[in-house]
Formats: sequence, C-alpha cells, structure tokens
Amino acid sequence: MTDIPLSRPVDVPDRKPGSLLQQDARTKARNAAEKRFRLYGVIAIAISMIALVVLLTTILSAGSGAFRQTYLNIPVTLDAAVLDPKGNRDPAEMAKVLTVSYGRVLDAAVEATVARHNIQIEGLSEDDIDNLISKEASAQVRDRVLADPELIGQTVEFDVLTGGRIDGFFKGRVTMESAARDSNTSPQQLQLAQELANRGEIVTRFNWNFLTNADASDQRPEAAGVGVAILGSLYMMLVVLVLAVPIGVAASIYLEEFAPQNRITDIIEVNISNLAAVPSIVFGILGLAAFINFAGLPQSAPIVGGLVLTLMTLPTIIISTRAALKAVPPSIRDAALGVGASKMQSVFHHVLPLAMPGILTGTIIGLAQALGETAPLLLIGMVAFVRNFPDGLPGGLMDPASALPVQVYNWTQRSDPAFIERASGAIIVLLVFLLCMNVLAIWLRRKFERRW
Amino acid sequence: MPLSWALFASFLLAAAGYIVGRSRAFATAGPDVRKLHSRPTYHGTSVALAALLPALAVLGLASVLRLTGVVTPESGLVAGTIALIAAVLGLGVGVMRIGQEYQARNVVERMVLGLLMLSSLIAIVTTAGIVLSLVFETGHFFQLYDWKAFFFGTEWTPRFQGNSRLGIVPLLWGTMYVSAIALLVAVPIGLFAAVYMSEYASRRVRGFVKPAIEVLAGIPTIVYGLFALITVGPLLRDYFAQPLGLGNSGTSVLTAGLVMGIMLIPFVSSLSDDIINAVPQSLRDGALGLGSTPSETVRQVVLPAALPGIVGAVLLAASRAIGETMIVVLGAGAAAQMSLNPLEAMTTITVKIVSQLTGDSDFNSPETLVAFALGLTLFVITLALNVVALIIVRKYREQYE
Repeated sequence: MTDIPLSRPVDVPDRKPGSLLQQDARTKARNAAEKRFRLYGVIAIAISMIALVVLLTTILSAGSGAFRQTYLNIPVTLDAAVLDPKGNRDPAEMAKVLTVSYGRVLDAAVEATVARHNIQIEGLSEDDIDNLISKEASAQVRDRVLADPELIGQTVEFDVLTGGRIDGFFKGRVTMESAARDSNTSPQQLQLAQELANRGEIVTRFNWNFLTNADASDQRPEAAGVGVAILGSLYMMLVVLVLAVPIGVAASIYLEEFAPQNRITDIIEVNISNLAAVPSIVFGILGLAAFINFAGLPQSAPIVGGLVLTLMTLPTIIISTRAALKAVPPSIRDAALGVGASKMQSVFHHVLPLAMPGILTGTIIGLAQALGETAPLLLIGMVAFVRNFPDGLPGGLMDPASALPVQVYNWTQRSDPAFIERASGAIIVLLVFLLCMNVLAIWLRRKFERRW
Repeated sequence: MPLSWALFASFLLAAAGYIVGRSRAFATAGPDVRKLHSRPTYHGTSVALAALLPALAVLGLASVLRLTGVVTPESGLVAGTIALIAAVLGLGVGVMRIGQEYQARNVVERMVLGLLMLSSLIAIVTTAGIVLSLVFETGHFFQLYDWKAFFFGTEWTPRFQGNSRLGIVPLLWGTMYVSAIALLVAVPIGLFAAVYMSEYASRRVRGFVKPAIEVLAGIPTIVYGLFALITVGPLLRDYFAQPLGLGNSGTSVLTAGLVMGIMLIPFVSSLSDDIINAVPQSLRDGALGLGSTPSETVRQVVLPAALPGIVGAVLLAASRAIGETMIVVLGAGAAAQMSLNPLEAMTTITVKIVSQLTGDSDFNSPETLVAFALGLTLFVITLALNVVALIIVRKYREQYE
C-alpha cells in the first residue's frame, strides 16, 4: 500500500547498549529532577502548614493571658464618715461621693492588709502599696456600695483588680528587670505582690470579666473587656442576616431561574462578580459617603456597620446561592411543571427547599467573612472609645458600639503592652466564633448534602 | 417616629388584608372551592400586597425626600398619614377585585417577580453608589487641590493647618513594593502546593492538607495584622534589620509583604488547583505515555496548558494584595517614603485612606477629601486587574470545554 520503506533510517543518538538495571547519566539526572520537583512541593506545603501553626500558637499564647486575671482579696472597712457624710443612706446623696473617696478607703485597706501580714521590704514606698490595686478598683467598690447601701459601716471582703503591671508580673510579662526601668512600678512593689501571693491574698483566676466588661481607658488595661464589642458584632450580624439573606436569595432566584438571557442580565452578573473583588475598604468609603454623610445616620452605630457589611457579603451569598440552585437537577422543575405548577410555584415549592442546605452553608460562610472584617468599620467611626453598652433592640442599633475586630485594632494602638495581651485575647474570642460558624456550616453540608 | 409607626401599621393592615381576602375568596366560591380561578391563599396574598406596596412606596419616597432635604423631618406625620391612606385604599381595591374569575395567582406572581428583579438590581445600585460617592468627592477634592500635583507629586505631608503636599507617588510605590513581596512569597508557594496536591499527593494527604490551607483563607486579616505587629515585625528587626544595619523599625515593607504573602497562599493555591484540575487528563496520559517523568509532564505539558488561568489567578491575587488594609496598617508603618530598603517602614494607599478618614474629619479640607481620590485610584486599579483576570480565565475555560 505504501512506498515508505519499512526500515527508514532514523537519527538515533549513539547510545551504548547498557543494562536496564544500570541507569545512565541522563536517566539519573531526570530522576533527580523528579525528586527535586517533588521536594519543592513538599516544602511549599510544609511552609504553609508551619505558617498556620506559628500564627495560631503565637496568637493563642499571647492571648491566653487575657482570660486569667489576678485579684487581691482584701477586707475593706467602708467608713460611713467618708462614704455617706449625711448619714441617711440615701442612694441619691451617696452617688455624689466621688470615686476618689472610695480610692482613699481602698488605699487604707491595702495598707492595713500589708501591715497585718507584717511584710517588710526595704525601699517600699506608700505609693507602691497604693498602686498595687487597679485604679478601676475604686469604681468597682463604689458600684457595689451604691447597689447595696446597707454595706456602709461594715467591713466587707472584696476581690479587687490588681494593677496592670502586677497582673503582668504574675503572667510573666513584667519582670524585676523591666520593673526597675518602669516608672509605673518598682521591684519592691513586685516583691510585695509576690509576698502577698505567697500568703494567698493575691490569686489568679479565670477572667469572666474579659467577656462582659466594656473597654477601659489607656491606664487600665486590666479592666478592659470585649463585652461591648461582642454585642456590637452581634447586632451587626443581625442586620446582615435580616437584609443580606432575603435580598441575596431573591436576587439569585431571579438570576438563576427567571432572568432572560439579555444584556441587562449580563451587566448584573458581571457587576456581582466585580463587586466580590472590590477591596473592603472601598465599601467603607461608600458607607461613610452614603450612610453617614448623605443619609445622616449616626457614626459608630451597628446599623451603619451592618448595612456596609450587608453590601459586602451580598455578592458572596448570591454566588453560593446560585451554585446551590444550579445543583438542583432540572428534572425536579420539569416534574413540578408537568403536574401543573406555575414556574413560580415550582421554584418556591420544590427547588428552593432542595437548595436550602447549600444556601445556608454559603450564608454562614458569608457571615463569618463579615464578622472578621475590619477595614470598612474603621472608616464609619467604629474605632471610637465606647464605654456604654448599646440599648436593647431595636433602638440599640443606633447607639454607638464597637466590633470585635475593630476592638483588636483599637487595642493595638495603645501604648501599654498589656493591651497586646487583650488584643490577642479578643482575637481568640473572634476565632472561637468563626470556628463555631464554620463547624456549623460543615455539619449542615454533611447532614443535608444530596447527590443527584 | 411617625414613619416607623406608619410602616408597622401598614404591615398590620396587610396581615388583616390577607385574612379578609382569603375568607372573602371562600365566600365568593360558594360550596365548591374549585370554581375559583386561584386558590384562596393567593387572593389573600394579593390583597395583602395591594395594601402593603403602595404604603411602602409612599414611605420610601418620603424617606428619600427627607434625606435629600427637600422636606423637613416634621413632615413625617403627613407622609405617615398619606402612607396609611394609601394602604387602606389598596386594601379596599384589593378586596373589591376578588371574584371567581379574578386571576389572583398571576397577579401575585407578577408582583413577586418584580420584587425578585428589584433585589437583583441591588448589585448595580451598590456599584453605582461606590462610583458616584467616589467620583463626586474626588471632584470636590480636585477643586481644592491640583490634580497634577496629586498624581505626580512625590511628597506626602498632610498638614491640617493647610499647605499640605498630597502626592500619590510614594503611596503607590509602597503599595506596589508590599504587593510585589507578597506575590513573591505567595505565588511560588501556592503554585507548588497546588501542583503537589493535584499531581502527587495521595488522597489521605490531600484530605488533610487542603482544608488546612483553606483555614489560612478563613482567618480574618486583622489576625494577620496582629501577627505581623507582635511576631514578624520584631523578629525581622532584631535578627535582620539591626545586625545588618538596615534600619531600626518594627514595621517594614518586608514584614507586611511576608505576612500578606502567607495570607495569599490559599488564594493562589485553590485557584491554581482548580485550573490545573481542569487540564484534560488525556494531555497528561499522552506525555506520560511518551516516557516523560511526572515532573516533566507538569512542567512541559500541564503548566503551559494552564498558564493563562494561572496568570489570571496571580492577577486576582495582586488585586487582593493592593486592596488589603489591616496587614499594612499594622505591619508596614505610616511613613510615606520611597526607598529600596525592604526593612524600612513605608506606607500604602489603604493605610492613608484609613488615617485620613478616622478621627475627626472636616469634609471641606483637601486633607480629608484626598482619601476619596485615593479610594477612586484604588478602585480603578483593582477593577482593571479583576476585569483582565476574569477575561483571561474565562477565555481559558472555554478552550477545554
């Protein structure tokens, strides 16, 4: 059939006929290259794993201190002459007594405790003793007394917060050497604290207050907590849930099931995929310009944060919802239409319920994304120092509040290194929330996922 | 708050309308419900929507007018009353319409379709809002400050007393420098990880490593920022910058770049993973059949075939890096300077947007308004990168489908 000679000469490189068991240089080089290539892959994966582990352990070890707190247990004699000069136990009158007076009562109590234990430390000044406890302690005592005026005149045991440096000493953050250079504490003070701890007067306990307290001022890291931030984040998530989910699902249903193939649909789709990639800080600028400057909503309010995060998470929710709707096989729709349902009925009665697990999973992941977002919230004034808890719903949406990631940022900007511990602690709280949401999403997917 | 009361009242009216409509539909049907064109619930819903929609329209219009300042807040009472009247009228019309032949289901479905369509327009409204707010305030800024000095100025020294120099060039330089370092870290690591996972890893290794890398993607950027601030920054300062005499700063371009690189690894690896998996198996089989080793197959067949997609993934990662905020705020520093030393603190566009817009800001001074011009620049850059990347990825996908 063909006239190509079967034994056509081919340019074969001159190779020595060797044994198959003996690799020639070229094979060796190729095999070595193969091994190297594999190794690069292993190294790349190892680097990412190490980065993940180092990242998490650093944050966990830096933040675990925030969940423990040292307290000084002292009997305080609530002197009626100082705390209730009129002597009528009228809360309105007593509220006029400033925290400073309580400070004096507390100073006396601390000095008495030190004297009672007969601790002698050379060079220990009176200031050292008084500064053993936090400046927040007097407010702590005042709140308790105002809540229960009958305490006045008695000697009551109080667990008062110790100062930030003392707290740091028991957590290893402050050492004798650093104390010698520090104007806020002294080695003598730390020795005193150690003596008191040896006698069981200073104890370190789990710090529930970190989860319930509001932020505290720059000098009182020991009293700062994430309570307001958790509540603010929660309010924002509620706004996102109420707005983003219905709108996102409605938009996905329209685009996936009803939209005609035309130019407008195309524009909407391109728009959504572009919005998903817009830097989050640009949404912050939008929030500032549209919701605060134009619409006149208050700064630092959860409603504004929630609206900004809603716009940010909508593309995520739309994309995942569309994927979930697409995964429902057309036979379901055809069957519904075949027994006489309208298009709308087939979607709402059959397709949507079947796509629900996928939609929920996507929604939770979108919410988790929104919960960790910081940059846009900085621009709408959530960085403000907020000491008061926002009101209950719905009025609380308009009150100033903080948010967890913003609180972290806020604390990193403070000068006292004790706030770094607080910031890491707040991140642990944030990560725990994110972990719960992701576990929920994975569980939902495992439980309800259907293969068609 | 008459508007919110009116809103509440219209919802109550709508609920009442649903009940009335449904029972009236049953009444008109007589003993045989099948005589109705639509099921009674649809009649109820149509009445409810007829009451609710006009009221909502009036309320929406009133709030827009109030926000734009056309009417005073005191007119809320009038608006609320009008809304209530509209709701009652709608209710009346809705109830009157009910009859055996009335096609309530079609009406309701048309209204629902309208609502669905409106929701899908939110995306466009958002984009329009972003563009409008940025362009509007940027225009305002360029009235106060020369645009040539903004785009070509090499000095960034904002002073709130006035006479500031607001040149974007040093910020752009910092942004590009940080992003370049981040990509230098993320692209090789992410790519090799993706190749290893799709071509070499056993099912077990893959099942463990892939989710672990995805955990990196789920960590909020503020966490990376804190990591840069408390760990990476001091480490680089104590072990590299100071011994080498290259600087003394805890924040630096290298710090931010490294940490951002870690953040981008999962982004690059999962995108490349998808793209590599999309290369048809037949190409691999052909190369292996001709006697190439797996690594030769990857380098000479799979990667060239996947190249456009990988370029797209890298561009998307670059747009991420340019728009990233928290890592650079906490890791890169705030000094606007142009230097080649990666261990020096530099700053980026996003850092300056944050610093110009937080705290008390006066919306008539160029020092505040410059943030909008910076935002617009950022938006345009990232948008361009995304569009190019999407076009490349889409084109590539069609090739093998």
